Formats: sequence, structure tokens, C-alpha cells
Amino acid sequence: MKLPLVLAFASTLTVACGSGQKEIQNLGSDTMLEVAGALAEAYQKVKPEVVVSVSGGGSGVGIAAVMSGDVDIANSSRKMKEKEEEEARKHGYSPVHTSIGFDGIAIYVHKDNPLPSITLEQLKELFGDGGKLTKWSELGVKLGDDADPVVLASRQNNSGTYEFFREAVLGGDKGRFKANCNNLNGSKDVVDFCAKTKSAIGYSGIAYATDQVRIVPVVKSAGGPPVLPTVATVLDGSYGIRRPLYMITKGAAEGDVKGYLDWIVSDAGQKVLQDKGYIPLRKL
Amino acid sequence: MTTAQQPPTPHRGQPAWAAALDTRDRAWWNDLAMRGVVLAGGMSAVLFIVAIFGFIASQGFEFIVNRLDLGELLLGVRWEPTVEPPQYGALPLIAGTGWITAVAMAIAVPLAFGAAIYVGEFARGKQREWLKIGIELLAAIPSVVWGVIGLHVMKPIIQELFGVQVGLNVLNAGIILGLMAAPIMATIAEDALKAVPDSYREAAEALGATKWQVVWKVVLPHARPGLSAAVLLGIGRAFGETIAVLMASGHRLMIPESIFDSAATLTATIAAELGEAAVGGDHYQVLFVLGMLLFLITFAINLTADWIVRGRRSKA
Repeated sequence: MKLPLVLAFASTLTVACGSGQKEIQNLGSDTMLEVAGALAEAYQKVKPEVVVSVSGGGSGVGIAAVMSGDVDIANSSRKMKEKEEEEARKHGYSPVHTSIGFDGIAIYVHKDNPLPSITLEQLKELFGDGGKLTKWSELGVKLGDDADPVVLASRQNNSGTYEFFREAVLGGDKGRFKANCNNLNGSKDVVDFCAKTKSAIGYSGIAYATDQVRIVPVVKSAGGPPVLPTVATVLDGSYGIRRPLYMITKGAAEGDVKGYLDWIVSDAGQKVLQDKGYIPLRKL
Repeated sequence: MTTAQQPPTPHRGQPAWAAALDTRDRAWWNDLAMRGVVLAGGMSAVLFIVAIFGFIASQGFEFIVNRLDLGELLLGVRWEPTVEPPQYGALPLIAGTGWITAVAMAIAVPLAFGAAIYVGEFARGKQREWLKIGIELLAAIPSVVWGVIGLHVMKPIIQELFGVQVGLNVLNAGIILGLMAAPIMATIAEDALKAVPDSYREAAEALGATKWQVVWKVVLPHARPGLSAAVLLGIGRAFGETIAVLMASGHRLMIPESIFDSAATLTATIAAELGEAAVGGDHYQVLFVLGMLLFLITFAINLTADWIVRGRRSKA
């Protein structure tokens, strides 16, 4: 389902690359594919002589491609793993993570689910291995008998979002998901799943919200106020579940690549990122 | 092609006679060249199989030698390759594959055999031709289209019909796979029926048997090896299918307890996880071990099917 998008980006952007033009190859996270594409397109107007071609494939694929010298920038919704850093050092590189913005992870339920708010502790009991919450009635929500067991919408286990939720909500490195999660294959699929399943609860980037689902306000610490994820609440940290998005290069960026990364973190680039539903590095 | 150099009336048994026929003209070179081309085509299949297996094995080799716990892989119930410490229990995936394949066969076997018997024994003339074309067209539908049908058509139907919360489950994936495997099975089954000599049918009919009695008591028993091969190849097809299952099964890494539970298969897991796995890491390697497992299973299924068909031929 993602492939046509990838091809569309790759083809439109590489076709535009005529002679005398410089090309920056940008590959990685599927979560960041859309925002990376939008940034590349906007940069065309700023610097027509530099063409950025974007493709997806996953954070891991992007990182591997940068370290083998095939592409210039990897998009990653997670930090490099120890193993990947080690591999990079073996090749004589010292990779640099450039933080380009944040993604708020929203908690989604079916649009008819009246759940007023949820605490981080309750999320851990719902999603975490050994957690005791399994029924909506235990959260004070009546959905009828057949819809009482909570259906958990999670992500496949190598997704950056999965990794992040595990660390932020399920108790750090040691956290594990319950085995009975439905592991969906994309950010959009989680939202779709919650829209079609009355008893589902799931987590996904806030950029993927639709009117078919409801975003549940999250209580960060017991007794605190329920907070909806917005630019303001994610930025000031009052919303509990946010993660940084990275662009990774194999060393300190130089030349055109540096120019592109500098533009992304500038106000102009950050505006593009915010328009795509992500959270900029600072208030614009 | 005759040439001027042909010696006059050579006698049989003389070397000159053989030499005369052994002219290296254009047809001879053509023959040699084409023989080479088709040989390359024929050998390439074997070469690819060996190369693919070699590649899969080499990617997972280091892990197999140093860290593979076969007991955990085959019997472990948690598949958590990205959490420290990782757990590589593939039993939920094997069970998911088995469940979905079983449901698929429960649907595909009656459909395929019904179609084969009707087309082979009952349908006549135009109708028969049209049905055959229909079956072949069904086999040509790309699997991603089946996946979309599972995701957007079957899912709400299953939710509505059975009153279950999650419509992406063993039943959904099984139906989709069953429909995908049925046309191939029908084609092979029909060939098996066709191979039963008409004299058998005529003999039974002469004894007063009805059409159905002929099919049930004479044709089907005689075609049994071919029909078994059809089923096995269908199983192989269902086992190896990836994208449609990934979309329709709900991908839940737990041993399913009923057909309304979501499940994950070996193929879908490889497809979902390989893209993000760090190349050369344990996770990457263990996915190739799953690939080997899958390869060995489908290889065994296909060999068995082949063996059954050969068994029938040598007996006949």
C-alpha cells in the first residue's frame, strides 16, 4: 500500500534531476515518508539546482543504506541501535543524528467510545505483558457484552512507533507487549483498525487522525489533568507521549546535504513539517 | 539440403556414408544453438533453486551455527525479536500458518473438486470452454487484490455475520487463500480426471451406472493420486502466500484458539519485519532461518506431490 507512494516520490523527483543538478538521496522510515516528501518538494522551490529524492523502506533500511554509502541521509523515527553504531564505527564513520521535529503519539479509540481520558499507568496495564486490564468495563466504559474485551491495535515489532511506545509507556527497555496485540503494518492501518472495531484501542502518530476515530486525552501522572496532543502540549512536554524524529548522516553533514538539513531546522522547513501534522522543534 | 559435394551412392556400413549425412550445414548449427538455449532454460530453474537456497542459508548461517536454539524456535510461544533479551519462539507463526492453511483447504478442496468434476465430467461444448477460461482468469488475479478484498470486503462481512469484533482473522485469511488456491487445484484435478481412460467410463455406463455413480465409483478412485497432488500443491500455494495473508489475518503473534482469532504466518512475519531489521543482526538472520523453514516445508510438499504423480504414472 505504501509502495505506489514511494515510487511516485522517487520517480517524480529523480526525473526532475537533469544534468548539472545535484541530487541528495534520502531514504528510511515509512512514518516519516510523507513529511520527508513534503520537505523535499518545498526545497525544490528554495534551491531548484538541488534535487532531493525520497523513498521509504523503514528506519533500519535507511540507516543501513547511509552506512554503506548508497544514500546521503537516512530518515529514522528512532535512534540508531548499539549494533548499528558498532557497524558504522567499523566502517570508520561516526554517525550524526539531526533532530528535525517531534511526533506526538495519540491514543485512538472508535468514535463511539466514550472513554473520557486514560492514564499512562492504565495504558501500561492494557498493552503491557502481565497487565491486568482486559475489559472496557474495568475502565468504566460500557460497550455491550460482545465488545467488552479490549482489542489492542499495535504495530509490527520493528516499527519505530512500536519501539517508542514500548519504551515510553510499557516501562523502558524491559517493557514487553501482551502477546494478543494485533500488529498492524502502518500508522494509517492502526487508525483504520480503530475506526472499524468498536472495542479497539491503538496508538499512532497524531498526523493520522480522521473523523472516524476519537483521540483520548492522556493523563501524564496520577491526579494530573487529561491532555490532548496538540502542537502546544507536545512542545511544552505536558502531553506525555512524544518522540523525536531524526535525519541521520554518516558523519557531520557537508555541502548540499548540510544546506538541506540547515533549511529543514530553519523556520521555513519547520513550517512545512508542522503543516504535515508533526510538531516543530520550537514554537513558530 | 543436398550439396554438390555429396559422394556418389555410398554403401551402407561404409564410413563415407555416415560422413555424408554428417554435414555441418546451417540446420546443424541451428540445432546446436537451439539445443544450448533450451538447455540453459531448463538448467536455470535448478540453478536458481540452488542459488536461492544457498543465499537464504548463507544469510542465516552465522546465527544457525552460533546461537540458534532449535527447541525455542519450534516450540517457543513468544515472538519478540526486537526486545532485549529477544525471544525467537516461532510456534505462533507455525500454528497461524497451519490454521490458515487448514481453513483454506476446507474451502478450496470442495470448490476445486466440484469445479473439476463439473468441467471434466458434466459440462459440454461452449459451457465447458467458458468455465475453463473463468477458472484460469481467477488464477490470474494478483494476490494484493485478494488482500484488499480481505481487508475491505470480507472484514465487515465477517464482523456482521458472526458478530465478532475483529474481522481480520484466521477465517478471513483462510477464505481468501482458499479462493486463491482453488483455481490451480481445479486445473490440476481436472487433468487428473481427464487422464482416466474413457473405456472405464463406458464400461461402467454399459453396466447401467448413472453419471454420478460413474464419477463416484470409477473416475474419482482411479484419479486419486492426481487429486492428492492437486491438494498438496494447493497447500503449498497457501503456505507460501504472503501479502494477501498479511493484509487479511490481523497479524497477532499468538497461537489462535478459534477461527475468529487473529493470527500471523511465517511469510507475513518475514515480509513485515525484514525491511526494518538491521542487516546482519540477529533479527535479520533469524528471519532468514524462518525463510529456510518455509522453503524446506514447501519443498517437501511439492516433492511429495511430484512423487505421488510419478507413482501413478509408473503404475499405469
